[in-house]
Amino acid sequence: MVEVVSFLSKLMLPAILAFIPLYATFRKVPVYESFTEGAKEGFPTAIQLIPHLVGMMVAVSVFRETGALHFYLRLLSPLVDGIHFPKEVIPLAVLRPISGAGSLAFVESIFRTYGPDSFLGRLASTMQGSTDTTLYVLTVYFGAVGIRRTLYAVKVGLWADLAGMLASWFIVVMVYG
Amino acid sequence: MVNYIWMFMIASGVVAAALQGRLDLVTSAALKGAKEGVAVCIGLISILVFWMGMMRIAQDAGLLEKLARLLRPLVRVLFPSVPPDHPAMGYILSNMTANLFGLGNAATPMGIKAMEELQKLNPNPKTASPAMCTLLALNTSGFTLIPATIIGIRMKYGSVDPTEIIGTTLFATGCATLTAILVDRLYRSQWEKRSGH
Repeated sequence: MVEVVSFLSKLMLPAILAFIPLYATFRKVPVYESFTEGAKEGFPTAIQLIPHLVGMMVAVSVFRETGALHFYLRLLSPLVDGIHFPKEVIPLAVLRPISGAGSLAFVESIFRTYGPDSFLGRLASTMQGSTDTTLYVLTVYFGAVGIRRTLYAVKVGLWADLAGMLASWFIVVMVYG
Repeated sequence: MVNYIWMFMIASGVVAAALQGRLDLVTSAALKGAKEGVAVCIGLISILVFWMGMMRIAQDAGLLEKLARLLRPLVRVLFPSVPPDHPAMGYILSNMTANLFGLGNAATPMGIKAMEELQKLNPNPKTASPAMCTLLALNTSGFTLIPATIIGIRMKYGSVDPTEIIGTTLFATGCATLTAILVDRLYRSQWEKRSGH
């Protein structure tokens, strides 16, 4: 099953890339003209994201580099001790929603210290793989269309992250514990 | 909420730096973050330009409409406010498919196109619509069949079986996505009651 899915996944991109222009040519679409017409929109979209991403990354960077993040993590640890959630991966759980690069770096530090095939290595892998950088996704998607008020989207994203973290812990304990 | 999170991060950063008597940390961190933000955007240019070109071909060939029609029952439940034949549906489905196969680079431009289409249906262009929130819910919960990035990093660190975490990840990501959909529903109905929809 895993092999099939992983094979499909590898095949997917080249297949899409070949299929779309082929099918379009068959439907008599001027493919190159269509491509450049659509591609034109990419540049302004990326530029429009700059203020949003700079704003978010500045806040995340200040939060992390000044040691504020570390302070809140220490504050959290007695609370997490109560439910026996592995202390070593708390920074990952907290970092994941705010910084993709930051959480990835943390996963690497877990791999270096405990190895990727240790309990903590598997837990960190599952946590990283099953959630997304909520704040980044929100910034990019809402930033691209100029949304200022995000309604309840942030809360939904953070609840999903929490569920993903707890589910990772549960399943890794069940399978490898 | 984003406003509060943003302010919270900056304010606690400044306080933390002040307590250590190292206010210079704030300045250097801010500049570092700003640089990172621009770098990410520049990195996105090639991806956005390329995939938006491909998406236009797919759209002109009628592929997005086809995709939307094929999976209509599923997305209709998730996006009741979007007309079933609206182009947004095709983009939403492309975005979901790309995420499913871990094609993050391709998923972002499709998600942005979906947002642009949803924005056309949005009566308040500065405020997110419930349909936008649902799309964000699906994306922030990170539903994926193959967590390609993490498998790559496991390989780099010499894992004996880099793909062994696919099963546990599938379970966890499923729980996260299910939670996102349910919580989104809950908030949406609360919002509808409050705003009299």
